[in-house]
Amino acid sequence: MTTVQERSPMPQEREPNPAHSDPDRPIGYGRIQRKEDPRFIRGKGRYIDDIVLPGMLHGAILRSPMAHARLVSIDTTEALAHPKVHAVITGKDLEGLNLAWAPTLSADVQAVLATDKVRFQGQEVAFVVAEDRYSARDALELIDVEYEELPVVIDARRALDPGTAVIRDDKDGQTDNHIFDWEAGDKAETDAVFARADVVVSEEVIYPRVHPAPMETCGAVADYDPIDGKLTLYETTQAPHAHRTLYAMVAGIPEHKIRVIAGDIGGGFGNKVGIYPGYICAVVGSIVTGKPVKWVEDRSENLMSTSFARDYLMKGEVAATTDGKILAVRTHVLADHGAFNATAQPTKYPAGFFSIFTGSYDLEAAYCSVTGVYTNKAPGGVAYACSFRVTEAVYLVERMIDVLARKLEMDPAELRLKNFIKPEQFPYKNKTGWEYDSGDYEPAMRMCMEQIGYDDLRREQAEKRARGELMGIGVSFFTETVGAGPRKHMDIVGLGMNDGAEVRVHPTGKAVVRISVQTQGQGHETTFAQIVGEELGIPTDDIEVVHGDTDQTPFGLGTYGSRSTPVSGAAVALAARKVREKAKAIAAAMLETRPEDLEWEKGRFFVKGDPSAAKTIAEIALGAHGTVALPEGIDGNLDAEVTYDPPNLTFPFGAYICVVDVDPGTGKVKVRRFVAVDDCGTRINPMIVEGQIHGGLADGVGMALMEFIGFDEQGNCLGGSFMDYLIPTAMEVPDWETGYTVTPSPHHPIGAKGIGESATVGSPPAVVNAVVDALAPFGITHMDMPCTPARVWEAMQGRPTPPV
Amino acid sequence: MHVTMTVNGTEVTRNVEPRLLLVHFLRETLGLTGTHWGCDTSNCGTCVVLVDGEPVKSCTALAAMTAGHEVRTVEGMADGGTLDPVQQGFMEAHGLQCGFCTPGMMLTARALLDREPDPDEATIREAISGQICRCTGYATIVRSIQWAAAHPAAAPSEQEVTA
Repeated sequence: MTTVQERSPMPQEREPNPAHSDPDRPIGYGRIQRKEDPRFIRGKGRYIDDIVLPGMLHGAILRSPMAHARLVSIDTTEALAHPKVHAVITGKDLEGLNLAWAPTLSADVQAVLATDKVRFQGQEVAFVVAEDRYSARDALELIDVEYEELPVVIDARRALDPGTAVIRDDKDGQTDNHIFDWEAGDKAETDAVFARADVVVSEEVIYPRVHPAPMETCGAVADYDPIDGKLTLYETTQAPHAHRTLYAMVAGIPEHKIRVIAGDIGGGFGNKVGIYPGYICAVVGSIVTGKPVKWVEDRSENLMSTSFARDYLMKGEVAATTDGKILAVRTHVLADHGAFNATAQPTKYPAGFFSIFTGSYDLEAAYCSVTGVYTNKAPGGVAYACSFRVTEAVYLVERMIDVLARKLEMDPAELRLKNFIKPEQFPYKNKTGWEYDSGDYEPAMRMCMEQIGYDDLRREQAEKRARGELMGIGVSFFTETVGAGPRKHMDIVGLGMNDGAEVRVHPTGKAVVRISVQTQGQGHETTFAQIVGEELGIPTDDIEVVHGDTDQTPFGLGTYGSRSTPVSGAAVALAARKVREKAKAIAAAMLETRPEDLEWEKGRFFVKGDPSAAKTIAEIALGAHGTVALPEGIDGNLDAEVTYDPPNLTFPFGAYICVVDVDPGTGKVKVRRFVAVDDCGTRINPMIVEGQIHGGLADGVGMALMEFIGFDEQGNCLGGSFMDYLIPTAMEVPDWETGYTVTPSPHHPIGAKGIGESATVGSPPAVVNAVVDALAPFGITHMDMPCTPARVWEAMQGRPTPPV
Repeated sequence: MHVTMTVNGTEVTRNVEPRLLLVHFLRETLGLTGTHWGCDTSNCGTCVVLVDGEPVKSCTALAAMTAGHEVRTVEGMADGGTLDPVQQGFMEAHGLQCGFCTPGMMLTARALLDREPDPDEATIREAISGQICRCTGYATIVRSIQWAAAHPAAAPSEQEVTA
């Protein structure tokens, strides 16, 4: 394994490809413009709300104004009398179809439309189908629902108190609000290390509830054909194939009669992984009315009812020696899962991959336990680029390392450098069972420190402190665990986490690659074409990527947890290599030689020692489909398919440093600089990689400083619009500075590790560490996100309160 | 009620409900789906169009209020086969990922450059500060607009030429 370090503040220019003479038709890896951009910059994207089908009706959902109440009665008479209303569907109607409840992705059930109680504000109660979207909304006002209020459970810390209202009394045997207990690591061993440690620090660390809030909300257009029994379902989904299978299981429509189409998706970030009641209602609406039904939620519906993220209350503890050797980490987490356990994660991992909370450090012991509870809040939990809870894990350990640094009066960067897993220790088995595939942490950290001018900044900070100015420098170092995953360990509702890919080279040498993963802006149409191009020597422009249609693509679990490149990218590369092997046999037949006498250079096979005797991939494609006498066992095409089962996860990493200035009068935090050095292994398109990082950094600043889904005592959601749920604009974020190292994954066919979520995982602790560092003169060792001006000001007064 | 306005250089008259929002008039009545809708509260700016050359959030304007005015949407940015430099800039500098906020961002950029051909970074950031992008973290949007400012001549579109 080699580590190549390069610095690239701006994406590098297009790299010339020696295998091809035309620089305007690049082949393989490198910075090229995206193939999807021409339609987007012309306004020709095709998002869910752009779909219009003949005779299409519009659906709207009546939602509960209360967080916890018994449903006494629903009167739909007036709504049904509205001249433009075609149907009003309630939970009772769905009960008749056995669809009132649907299974979640976490072995629980979720109400599609409420039948007995409502359990969070914004829960789905009735569905109206009308001729246009305005009439559907009008009719919602005409539905009369009588509720009988029940006590609400909002604070997860009170959820298990004796006498607390039981939210899930629909479940047989459920007598409290407890969902699960889960643990990882060796408790006894960890406790023993803590008992003998020189220094132990502990802190209550909250990762508050936030929301992915993609710019396009969720929606569906259902088109059920009663003649042939086929359901065509246009959806905002990150996982079209998994959805199709689940619809088949839930709705009883045979899987071959369901076609899920995901067109252009206006951002996902995990918000579009699950199946929402609105999708099912659209399907039922189409079956009931015999017409296509569109349902698109509004922004408040998106923020109040669809999959939230985080909501982890963590007690973090670190044991260390006085000279700064970290020995062990320990934590207990209270996980607020809302009213239904609907997190999307591998079956055996109810807390996702949280047990990677050992971070990037070589420890003697680690132990975590997680308790999941129900509250009267929206369901969901694994979303917002969290890499299956790695975000929470990294935030905890990186916040705690800073707490330890303060206690030991050590520089936080030096403390990290002292404790990193060393390059020679990889593959590294951590204390909770993960095998880190590859890493070389110190060069990334050093590069980040050098790029930001760490020592100079510390000097500047000292001078400013002397003058009473508040400047903070925040360091974080993360190790991600992505690319789920090996089927022997990982499934989602029984579906192994593998992905298929199919590569076909047409007779003229152009290619199509069909993939199971779903872009939401990540640029799959470009990246996957580049992977095939790199393997086969075909210009990117000559490769079409097909995705987002279950009738046209192979099965696979979709795009989330940064798994597209690690899993599907591997499938595509291996399928292309299969094509190349086949091409070799055909070329040998065409050149009247043996395959072993041929050598490959990007785009052609030639006879060893005689480069003039050669066949290009286009010539071979024509031969394959033409009249060439094919060798034994080779059929007449140049196609291949692969379903990839990853042998392990991949472990991207990075070093981030953030500089903030805090206004001592108002508590307002200004992010002055942010340097991110990332290592995602092989970089297929550096421009796209960089873009993914930038987006995640903005997420991190948003969560650290602004974003928060809070609730009042009655369970009213206080983050239900963009007036209240604050997302960074161009004014709140700096011009990102980036750098990178390259440490390929040893087990991945092209050495790529994935990058989609690295920055969202790594950046929140850098920002919060910077804020806490700025507030050090006030004696503060921790404050919780979001570090809004009001909360920072409170912290400065010695009252750093948890978010409510 | 009947409303008449000019959309992308063409006069249109339609009979609409008085309460119809401009964004729905453009998207559903006229079928111009390049203008997107994102929030209802004038915060996200995916719905920005130009009304008489000024950026307006079309989710917060009624179609009726726009009667008699000139509306420009993303569909009206390219001049035949020639892209607006802003469109070219967004492709050159990776100013878009999912593409949902892009039409609104580009139209705001167009209005900015019409007013101020060579804006500094702070001016660009302020100009787009009424709009949210969840994908890019804004730096590449800023660079895209800077690219357009540096290449004011309309760029011929390869896509259109070869199509």
